[in-house]
Formats: sequence, C-alpha cells, structure tokens
Amino acid sequence: MLKILKYSFYDLMRSRWSYVYLAFYLLLGIVLLFLNNDLSKAVITLMNVIIVLVPLIGTIFGVMYYYNSKEFTELLLAQPLKRSSIFLGQYLGVAISLSMSLILGLGIPFILYGLFKSSAIWDFSLLLITGAFLTFIFTALAFNIALSNENKIKGFGYAILLWLFLAIIYDGIFLMSLIIFEDYPLDKLSLVGTMLNPIDLSRTLILLKLDISALLGYTGAIFKKFFGTNYGLIISFIALAIWVILPIFRIVKKSRKKDF
Amino acid sequence: MKKHFVFLLAILMACLNNAQNIEVCSTCPVTTLKSAINQAKDFDTIIVKKGTYKEHDIVIDKPLTVVGKNYPIIDGELKGEIITITSDNVTVDGLFIINVGTSYTEDYAALRVRKSKHFEIKNLVLEKLFFGIYIEKSNHGKIFHNKIIGDAVEEYNSGNGIQLWYSNHIEVEHNHVQNVRDGIYLEFADNCLIKNNISTNNLRYGLHFMFSNDDIYQDNTFENNGAGVAVMFSKKIKMYNNIFRENWGTASYGMLLKEINDAEIIGNTFTENTIGINIEGSNRIVYKNNNFENNGWAIKVRGACYTNSFTENNFLYNSFDIAYNSKVNDNVFDKNYWSNYTGYDLNKDGIGDVPYRPVKLFSYIVNRTPETIILLRSLFIDIIDFSEKVSPVFTPDNLLDNNPLTKRIIW
Repeated sequence: MLKILKYSFYDLMRSRWSYVYLAFYLLLGIVLLFLNNDLSKAVITLMNVIIVLVPLIGTIFGVMYYYNSKEFTELLLAQPLKRSSIFLGQYLGVAISLSMSLILGLGIPFILYGLFKSSAIWDFSLLLITGAFLTFIFTALAFNIALSNENKIKGFGYAILLWLFLAIIYDGIFLMSLIIFEDYPLDKLSLVGTMLNPIDLSRTLILLKLDISALLGYTGAIFKKFFGTNYGLIISFIALAIWVILPIFRIVKKSRKKDF
Repeated sequence: MKKHFVFLLAILMACLNNAQNIEVCSTCPVTTLKSAINQAKDFDTIIVKKGTYKEHDIVIDKPLTVVGKNYPIIDGELKGEIITITSDNVTVDGLFIINVGTSYTEDYAALRVRKSKHFEIKNLVLEKLFFGIYIEKSNHGKIFHNKIIGDAVEEYNSGNGIQLWYSNHIEVEHNHVQNVRDGIYLEFADNCLIKNNISTNNLRYGLHFMFSNDDIYQDNTFENNGAGVAVMFSKKIKMYNNIFRENWGTASYGMLLKEINDAEIIGNTFTENTIGINIEGSNRIVYKNNNFENNGWAIKVRGACYTNSFTENNFLYNSFDIAYNSKVNDNVFDKNYWSNYTGYDLNKDGIGDVPYRPVKLFSYIVNRTPETIILLRSLFIDIIDFSEKVSPVFTPDNLLDNNPLTKRIIW
C-alpha cells in the first residue's frame, strides 16, 4: 500500500494541478495578508474560502484522479496486490498531496508574515486542521462516487451534487427546519444539525474559536459550552474522523466486490 | 495712604487668623480627623499627614477644606460609611479611603455629599468600597481626578463608583472607575457634565443614566463592562466623542438607549461590542460622525424608534450593520460609509450610484429565530442575502441609504 501511495503521491506532485492549487493558496494567503494587515481578520476570510473551496476541490480532484488513473489501476489489479491497498494507496496519495498544498500554500505566507509571534496561531492551526480534515472527507466521498459509477459524466454529476448538497442545500434545509420549529427548544437540534454536516461542523468550530460566540446570544452560550471546551473539541474531531473513516470503509468494501 | 495700608494689613491678618490650618498626624496634638473637624471653625483647612487613620462616620458639617498630604489612609474597617459631607463649600482632596462597610439595607459610601452646594471632591483614591462617591440632593459640585478601584464580584452586594441622585449641575471629570457595579450612575440628575472619565471592567454598566435630562457626556472611555453603557428614560442628552470598546458577551452592548428622546450622538467610536447601539423606544435622535468597527451588530433597532437620523457615520466590518425587527421604517440613513457596500460610483463624486440596504435578510431571520445565527457565514446565507438585496421582500423596502459614500469618512 505504501508503495502505491508513494507512486500516486509522486505522480500528483509532478502534475500541474497540484502546483496550480498550491499557487492559488499562496496567492490567496499573500493577498489577504497584505490587503488586510490583520491576522485574525485574514483568518476569518480564509475560513470563508476554505469551507467552500476545499470540499469542492477535494471532490472534483478525487473523482478526476480516479477516472484518469483508471487504466493504471487496472494494470495494478492484474498484479498480485491486495485490492484495498491499491485503492487506499491512491486515495491517500490524493488526499495527502491536496492537504499538503493547502497547508504549505497558506502556511508559508502566514509564517513569513510573523504567525509565530501572533496570538492567532491557534486559530490558524485549527483552520489548517479542519481544512485537512475536509480534504480527506471529500476526497473519500469522491472515491466512493467514482467507484460506484462507471460513467464519468454521471460520476462528476453526483460529485458536484454532493458538494452542492453539503455546502448549500443542507444549510437551507437546516434553516427552514429551525424556522418551522421555532416554537420548540432548538439548541439540541441545532447542535445535532451542525454535527451531521462536516462543512457546518468546521465552520462552527472555527467561528467559535474566533470568539464570534458572543454574537450567538443564548444559543451561543450553549454552543460555546459544547464546542469551546476541550470535550466539545474532541467530540467534534471524532465526528470529523468518523466522516473520514466511514467513506474509507466503504471504499475498501466496494473495491473488494467490484468487477473490472 | 499709610493708614490705608495698615488697615488692609490688619484685614489680611484677621483673615489669615480666621482661616486656620489644623494639622492631623499621629504625633500632632490632633490625631483624628473627627476631632480636627470638631475643633475647626468655618473655612479652616485641615491638613491630614501621611499615616493610617482608622475612622468611620466622619461628618463634615462645616465649610472646610480637607487636604491629604501624600495620600493618608482613612480606613473604615468595614464598619459603615466613612465620610459624610452635609455642609456647603466643602473641599476634600488627596485622601486614600479604604474598607467601606457593606450593607443590604443602607448604601454606605466612601464619601457621601448630602444636601450641600459648591463642593469639590478631587484626587481621592478609593479601594475596597461598597459605594464610592455618593452625591445626594446636592448641586453645583465638582468631582475630578479620582481613582475608584472596587473588587465587586456580584451585582447584588456591590455598589456604584460615582452616584448622583437628585443632584444637578455636577461636573464629573478625569475620574477612573473600575471593578464596581455601575461605574458612574446618574438618577434624577440634570445638567451634569461627564467628561474625560475612564470606566472599565465594571460588573454592570460603565455609565448608567436614569431619568436624567440635559446632560452632556463626552470624551469618556468605556471598556469591557458587563453590559456597556445604559441611557434610559432621559431627554436631551448629548453624547460626544466617547469610546465604547470590547463590551463583548451574550447580553452586552456598547450603548443601550431606552426611552431616550431628542439626544445627540456625535463623534463616538464603537469597537468590538456584541451590539454597538441597542435602541428601543427612542425618538428624534441624531447620529452623526460615529465609527462602528468590528461589532457583532452595529445598531440593533428593537422597535418604536421614529424620526432618528443616521448621517455620515462609518460602518466598518460589522457582522451585521443594522438589525430591524419590523417592516416599518421612519428613520433616515444618509451619506454613511458602509464597508459592505458593493456598488459603483461612475461620476466619481464620492457617492455610490446604487443605494445601499443595510438590513440583511439574515439579520431579519436571526431576529425572528435566534438559533439560526449558527448558520452565520454559510454560503447559503450569502446567497439568500444577495437575493434579498436584489429584490427586498422581508426587510423594509424604504430602509436604504440613497447616498452611500465610497470612501471612509475622516473628520
């Protein structure tokens, strides 16, 4: 598995897209810092970008990579290799190289700007950790979709739909249900609602760290109590980890049974 | 000529004799402030030398000047009120007053002025207090350069730093108040001037107005107070150039206006408050040249607010610029700078060509269902805000700034 991971990783490292992705984040980081001149403000803006773009790129890239390397995969399948290690190796290769682009691309400008001397370092690391989590989650979901769909167009369609659902439509449904049930106590529902969607979960985590919690009023107090403590932080990371593990589990299961 | 001179000299001598100095110290003939006051005649000066004086219930009932040299400590030993002024023309200067008694039935103060005029309270340092300086039914006084440092933990058993009650024409300047319940509290106090004070870390309000009219407060700094500054049930108050900062918490605001009419709010800065100004039932107020920076809500309008005008203010990077809970709008927004403005200015006259709508749909939703705030900064919210901006359905459609400025106003 490690060998395949290495090959996928080097393959991606050589590919143009990784560099474009890295360059995009580098540019974003530099522009944000020099336009804003305020590290914590820049972290908020970055959060907006990360919770939308990272899942999108993760899904698209994952699906694209799977379909592109299909022939190579078939070649590998002819070898005496475990199926799970082939697919997991590829998945990890994509996810790791994407998160590396993210972390390097954003980390370098921030370090140059003097992150280590700033108090925003914890917010920033949280941002990068959630960004990496999101990459792992959405690449895994993309691999699932690609494995289940032979048809490329269909695969891409589902991938984009998935992103659309989790990034936008889910929030819409969430909002509607909060408004419809406004006569009932909603704090539990909103807690569960945020836990179920990785994008919402990451957004809430970062927002609460940035002390927007005071805006949240009474609900904020509950959220702060939950997410603000180490206990809540651990629970949230476990939830994110489950979001990574479940799709990976399905990749393994699916790849074992699939005909090529 | 010579005769006149002698006569004048005689008068001068008489005056000097009349206004005596009485010194108080541990080795002097007079060792307590109380006995010094007993011995003193009207218009004498009592000089208190450095040392610790364990006294309480000191009543100044003659027009005296009490001056402390090198901050002598008046220790009330938590037994009750320390100094009470009941005479006109009293000056108290340079004392260090500590350990005021706490009571649930009486408002013990470090220094109370009762029914007197023309008093002057300056350069005091108060610590471990219940109430600090309590002005009761007294007029025409000055309170300046005092430092009040409390250790209040809970609202019900703590008092206020400076309290004016049924007192008019009082000047409160250059005081520093921290860690008490209300920093400065005015109740039925008219025509007062509150200037250049710093009020921080108080449990409840930095400054609190109740039923007080025609007052001016300017150049004060209110920082990190439990709830901010509350101005309630008062008329014609002028608020100039104050700074409201970091009043951050679930029930905090920079300033609360409740039942305020005909006030002027000019040149103030509101930075990093949960709510910059919370307005309720306030009419005919002029908001001009204020800065609202990095607040959760810059202005939250709760209702029954009519004929207010918001002109030439800067709204910078607030999560919500304005929140409204009704569809009716009778307030005017004109020529403000909004950092969230996305319009253009073709003729380059500094005024945007597209009107700006300060109320977002999301802030309307949050007003209705507070729990929805959890979706703040979600992409979906941005999309619905955008569509509401294009064609308003839920927010008041006449609530707009027709002349939004394209550059931050600097004055």
